[in-house]
Amino acid sequence: MNRIAVLLAAVSAAALISTTADAKTVRWSAPTDIATLDPFAQTESFTTAMLHHVFDPLVRRGRTMQLEPALATSWKAVKPDTWRFELRKGVKFHNGNAFTADDVVASVTRLLDPGARARGNLSQVIRAEKVDDFTVDLVTKGPYPLLLNDLAGIYIMDKEWMEQTGSLKPGNIATGVSTAASTTAIGTGPFKLESFKPDAGTNMVVNPDWWDKPQHNITRIEFKPIKSDATRVAALLSGELDLIAPAPLQDLARIGANSSFKVIEEPSLRLIFLGLSQRDELKSMPGQKNPLKDLKVRQALWQGIDLDAIQKRVMRGKSQNTGTLVAPPVPGYDKANDTLPGYNADKAKALLTEAGYPNGFKLGLNCPNDRYINDEAICVAVAAMWSRIGVQTDVKTESRATYFPKQDRGEFDSFMLGWATLPPMDGFSVLSALLTAPKDGFGGSNPMGYTNPEIERLTREAAVELDEPKRRAMMVQALKVAKDTIAYIPLHLQPVAWASRQGLDVPQFPDEYVRLWFAQVK
Amino acid sequence: MLRLLLARLGQAALVMLAVSAVSFGMFRFVGDPVAALSRENATIAEKAELREQLGLDRPVVVQFAGFLSRIVRGDFGISFRNQRPVATLIAERLPATLELVLVATLLSLALGIPLGVLCALKPDRVAARLVQAVSLIGISTPTFVTGIVLILTFAVTLGLLPSFGRGETVQIGPWSTGLLTLSGLKALILPSITLALYQLTLIMRLVRSELIDVLSSDYIRFARARGLSARHIHFTLALRNALMPVITVTGLQIGSLIAFAIVTETVFQWPGMGLLFIQAVSFSDVPVMAAYLLFVGLLFVVINTAVDLLYALVDPRLRVRA
Repeated sequence: MNRIAVLLAAVSAAALISTTADAKTVRWSAPTDIATLDPFAQTESFTTAMLHHVFDPLVRRGRTMQLEPALATSWKAVKPDTWRFELRKGVKFHNGNAFTADDVVASVTRLLDPGARARGNLSQVIRAEKVDDFTVDLVTKGPYPLLLNDLAGIYIMDKEWMEQTGSLKPGNIATGVSTAASTTAIGTGPFKLESFKPDAGTNMVVNPDWWDKPQHNITRIEFKPIKSDATRVAALLSGELDLIAPAPLQDLARIGANSSFKVIEEPSLRLIFLGLSQRDELKSMPGQKNPLKDLKVRQALWQGIDLDAIQKRVMRGKSQNTGTLVAPPVPGYDKANDTLPGYNADKAKALLTEAGYPNGFKLGLNCPNDRYINDEAICVAVAAMWSRIGVQTDVKTESRATYFPKQDRGEFDSFMLGWATLPPMDGFSVLSALLTAPKDGFGGSNPMGYTNPEIERLTREAAVELDEPKRRAMMVQALKVAKDTIAYIPLHLQPVAWASRQGLDVPQFPDEYVRLWFAQVK
Repeated sequence: MLRLLLARLGQAALVMLAVSAVSFGMFRFVGDPVAALSRENATIAEKAELREQLGLDRPVVVQFAGFLSRIVRGDFGISFRNQRPVATLIAERLPATLELVLVATLLSLALGIPLGVLCALKPDRVAARLVQAVSLIGISTPTFVTGIVLILTFAVTLGLLPSFGRGETVQIGPWSTGLLTLSGLKALILPSITLALYQLTLIMRLVRSELIDVLSSDYIRFARARGLSARHIHFTLALRNALMPVITVTGLQIGSLIAFAIVTETVFQWPGMGLLFIQAVSFSDVPVMAAYLLFVGLLFVVINTAVDLLYALVDPRLRVRA
């Protein structure tokens, strides 16, 4: 008996010690794993967010998403196409090497290599030039207002390490080259990479020599990807995890009801909308004029959607309805643009009659079923609502793997798309990719034939406008035209929902990045 | 014997060619990696360039020929998504899957055979009837349901076992094993039960029916007439013969366990090949998917060929016929 008591005491003491030692560890989980540790070999925002713990960019997003100095302390445009950056002194990489202008030049050169997957993230930069050890010039193709936005996602790697490991050039699938940078990461960031096991876990420890004053008190991060939603929630509830991001919407109520856990949620930047074909004819009505080219029909389709019902039933009250194409935190957003026509089925029917379709018409609606939150359910609801105003909607949903290639080829009559304006986090991304005709590097995701001369002009002007207020005014104006002509039907801002144990404070950001260097463990 | 061997190997090669053609052909329709890999703001030129880099702009026949010639040279290519050699990715994942399958197989044999014997020898006992009834559940419940129920019971409610992952692993050369640490062993319990359940019921029912069959045959009756002990008759004479088909089925089932561990691996985030494949599917990572399918195809071919050849060795009658 006595011996058992001693044993129990020893065990509980050990448990106590281990909990205090582990107290500053954050164990968190997401549905996907990071694709690679090579920041320039991928374009996924999740991987980019994760790698931000290890790497620093020249400028970064701060606590309120503002752009602030990181490895660069100041910058100015010395010529319309040349920006000069003063670099931070005394910064060390995790391997002890000093950070200098050479590292910036080598990193930018590596990113601009034709084999770099992420090259498009810095597409307007031609080259980086070293001025002295702590000054660098970046030369752009022309005046380019979004350089800082782009740089916030460009991480600086160590030149000497890249030389030693033969990874000065990025991995390339075409030539079959894969580099050491895919499996190791040496940065200047707040955490050091300890181990990386794909699909099993990535561990990081705090970098005590970080150049910035830490606002976190974490000593260790254990990231464990869990693909299955049910398992991820179970692992949080069983105490094996401290944070799950994202948390599945259907489980939020259950997690929130447990006093040991909390749910944090806010609208994200990702805006879900419906695209409407502007081609001469629809797939569903071959040989006839495309009714969607008539503004009245588009108005009818918008007014025929009961957004509140979708918000309440399908999204369980977690989404935020919107009437414009960018989220409030994004430059280009204007409150005056963000108005809703309001659900009115009778009005919608009247509009259809006015447009010459008193008996409606046939329309295909295509949606992914594994890309956005409740994407399939939203489309099924929209199809039912449209059918109610007389538009016989044939809804088809499929996996994103087959959906997006078709969307890219413009094969749909109407379709669902989500846009978060990331990584630049600027309304220009909507204008240049979704609202302009596919030429001159514009219209990359607009195969549906929507064009408007005023938007074309404003987009081209905004692309080179360095005066920020003027540039924003142009974007606001262009987005107003897009709204007035109903280029797309905006639905809502998708929610970001995370769940964590009580005692862990992780601020949420609308770009859905988990930034643990702002986290506090109690 | 040599002719048989050559004939079997020839058949195997044909099957593999068919598998590779089917898997390659399938990927033409499962999606376009370019859409999955390019960034949201990608311009049309950017996408075209990526398509060219991936070699997707060339005619299908040329792509397939290139694919085959690389496979023959043992080059499985580089993963589109994480840009690492596919062979390395598979080699990294193989130990996790094999350990899971091994434990699941042992578990199903260790439980399935005694339970089957019990049901055959004492069919009227309550225990035997209970086992029979429960085995119906085991054979009809989908794996993901079993997995989640086990997680909710043993991880969430009781807090005894981990709900996901492999626990701590020890690296022995290229092999990472979870069999040598306590957390690794604990992590194995739930997934291996989930994976073994179907196999277990299958073996149990097979042992039962075979044993009942054998027990009613002449030599058993004569053995009884000779007055041999029931124990000797049941376990030495009858069970041995009843186990022959069990060995065959177990061998063949190992192949399907490896191939169909996908669901179990997804539910338990078991970092094996099934999980690798699932991730590859959602990103249209063609090289990984192709290599995985080829691997599974090869596995079945090898197991089947080996079983055929073993049969021929064991049973001279088959040798003559072949």
